Amino acid sequence: MVRRKKFCKMCVGKYYFDYKDARFLSQFITENGKIIPRRITGACAPCQRKVTTAIKRARHLALLPYVRR
Amino acid sequence: MRRYEVVFVLAPTLAEEEVEQQIETFSGVAVEMGAEIVDVDKWGKRRLAFPVKKHSEGYYTILSLHETEAAAVSELERRFKVNDAVIRFLTVRVDEDLKRAEQFERRREARQKRRGARAQATASTTTEESAEA
Repeated sequence: MVRRKKFCKMCVGKYYFDYKDARFLSQFITENGKIIPRRITGACAPCQRKVTTAIKRARHLALLPYVRR
Repeated sequence: MRRYEVVFVLAPTLAEEEVEQQIETFSGVAVEMGAEIVDVDKWGKRRLAFPVKKHSEGYYTILSLHETEAAAVSELERRFKVNDAVIRFLTVRVDEDLKRAEQFERRREARQKRRGARAQATASTTTEESAEA
């Protein structure tokens, strides 16, 4: 079976990922609060990097959890 | 000139007036130390994703400022550390991100315009062809 090429849905008309927008960022974390890897989401490297820093900043401010069991 | 976003979270045990007062003093300090306040965004009381210093809620405030003197942000951070009412804080420098985001927007607009022009051009050629036929 040929798998469809994944595309980066993060950078559709977007450049900056806001660390204050917890609802947006929660798309990119799992139920447990982990950051979903690029290999699964198909995000491009620059976007993944930006999302990661944004999530980490949001975590520091207690907007997103570090762990959720 | 550097642009910063300073986010701080105040303890939920404070009364509304006390929160206002704290925000006032912090912005006062920023101005005094040579920063220009662009915007103050008060989110009000919000649930925390996990307990911080045994609190489960906090008052979020975001100060956007232009720093003219380098000391302003460091002085604010020093005060946040000393002040028990502040349970979390974060300073992010945003000037370069803003600039890049703007560039990105401009480039995208230009691309769209070009694409629109090309689409129109192809549309006009096809109509000509059909007229010939």
